[in-house]
Amino acid sequence: MNLPLEHTALAVVGAGPAGLCAAVEAARSGVPVVVLDENERAGGQLFKQVHRFFGSRRHGAGKRGYEIADDLIAECLRAGVDIRLGSSVIAFFPEGELMVDGPGGVYLVRPQAVVIATGASEKTIAFPGWTLPGIMGAGAAQTLVNVHGVLPGKRVLIAGAGNVGLIVSYQLLQAGADVVGIVEASHGVSGYEVHLDRVRREGVPIYPGHRIISARGRDGLEAVVVKDLRGGRTVLFEADSLCMAVGMSPMAELAAMRGCRMVFREELGGFLPWHDEKMRAGLQGVYVAGDAAGVEEASVAMEEGRMSGISAAEEMGSMKKRQAAARRAAVSRRLADLRRGPYGEARMAAKCSLYCA
Amino acid sequence: MDLRVGRHAVLGEMEGGKLVTIYVDGVPLKAREGEPIAAALYAHGIRTTRYSPRLGEPRGPFCMIGRCTECAMTVDGEPNVRTCMTAVRDGMRVDTPGRPGE
Repeated sequence: MNLPLEHTALAVVGAGPAGLCAAVEAARSGVPVVVLDENERAGGQLFKQVHRFFGSRRHGAGKRGYEIADDLIAECLRAGVDIRLGSSVIAFFPEGELMVDGPGGVYLVRPQAVVIATGASEKTIAFPGWTLPGIMGAGAAQTLVNVHGVLPGKRVLIAGAGNVGLIVSYQLLQAGADVVGIVEASHGVSGYEVHLDRVRREGVPIYPGHRIISARGRDGLEAVVVKDLRGGRTVLFEADSLCMAVGMSPMAELAAMRGCRMVFREELGGFLPWHDEKMRAGLQGVYVAGDAAGVEEASVAMEEGRMSGISAAEEMGSMKKRQAAARRAAVSRRLADLRRGPYGEARMAAKCSLYCA
Repeated sequence: MDLRVGRHAVLGEMEGGKLVTIYVDGVPLKAREGEPIAAALYAHGIRTTRYSPRLGEPRGPFCMIGRCTECAMTVDGEPNVRTCMTAVRDGMRVDTPGRPGE
C-alpha cells in the first residue's frame, strides 16, 4: 500500500494546552509546525473549563479555560502554525513516521521532530453494574454540559471529592442539574478549599469514607448503592447519572509504539514515557508534554509544552543555545512555582525521580 | 425527556446551531447541526448507544473523547463509528448495534 508521504519540520500531536504552547514556541523561532488533533476544534479540554483559573497572571489567572484556549489558538495562527483538525494520529512507527487518518484519508508524515501532547484519559472503578448507561467520567459529563449544552442526567451522584469531582459538581449545578451527593472513599476531601466551599454553599452533601457497592437499573442507571466504611451502613441514592472523578492516566500509546521507555509513577497517573527536564523522551527528535507526560494540570501542561517547543527548536538549529537555555530556565522557574503544596510537591518529586541525579 | 441546558449561568444561551433531523433506529429526532451524535441522543434521554455482543447488556457513552468506544454505533451503514466524535448531519441514519429484536 502506497500512502501519500509528507515531510515537515515539527509535528505536534494534540492541540490542547501543551500542544498549542509547544507549537507557538517552535513556530515563533522559525520552525514550520503542523499540529494534528482528532477533534473538530482545537483547545483540548480547555474548552470545557468554564471556571476561572487561578495561579499567576502568566497562566491566565482570572480567565476561564475556553478564553485561554481562544488566545492560544490565535497565537498559533499568528505564528503560522498549520492546525489540522479531524485528524487522528493512528500510529507512530519506530522509523519515525506518523500515520494520520484525516478528513481526506490516510497519509504519512515524516517530521524531523515530534511533540507528543496527547493528554490523559479518565480512570474508573469497577463494581457490579458499572457498565450501565448513565455512568460516565466526570470529565465526560463536563464536556457534555459545558461544550454541548446537554445534562448527563437530572439527578447526579459524583464519585470522588478531588478537584475534578468538586468542580464538575458545581458546574452541573450551574447548568441546572440536581447533584444529590459526592461520595469519596478516603476519609478526607483532597480538592481545594475554594471548590469545596462552593458546593457546600449550594447544599450538596459530601460523604467521605463512603464506597460505591453497586449500580442498579434496567436499561440505564436508576440507583447507586453506597456503603459507609465506618459504620457499615448502606445508603441508596436514586440517580440517573453517576460521574466518576477518580483520577486520570496519561494517554501516551504513541510514545510506547515509537519505542520510548515507559515508566510507572503513581503520583502522575500511572505509566508515562520517560523524559528529561527538557521534555526529551530519550529518542532522537521525540518530545512529550502535558498530561501525556504525567497528569498534572492545564497550567503545567502549558509550561511543559513551551519547554518541549524550545527544546525542539534548539535541536533543529532554529534557536541559539544561549537563548534556549535562558528561556528554559524561565519555564523551569514557573514549573517549580506551579508544583507547590502537598500535591504539587509529590508531583515534583515524581518528575524529579525521572531525571534528577 | 429533554436534557438541554438552555440558559447557562456562565455561558448564557446555549441554543447552538440550526436544527437538523437524524434517524435513530428509524425514528426521526431533532439534533443541532455540528453537535456529536452522542450528545444529540443524550439530549433526548437516549443513553444506550449499543448492546454488548455476548450478554446483550446496554452500554452508553463513557469518556466523550473517543477512547472508550462504548458509544460506537452504525452510522449510515458504517459500523463502529464513535458517536461522541462524529457530528450529526441532516438525514443521517444512526442504528444501535445489538438492539434486542434487531
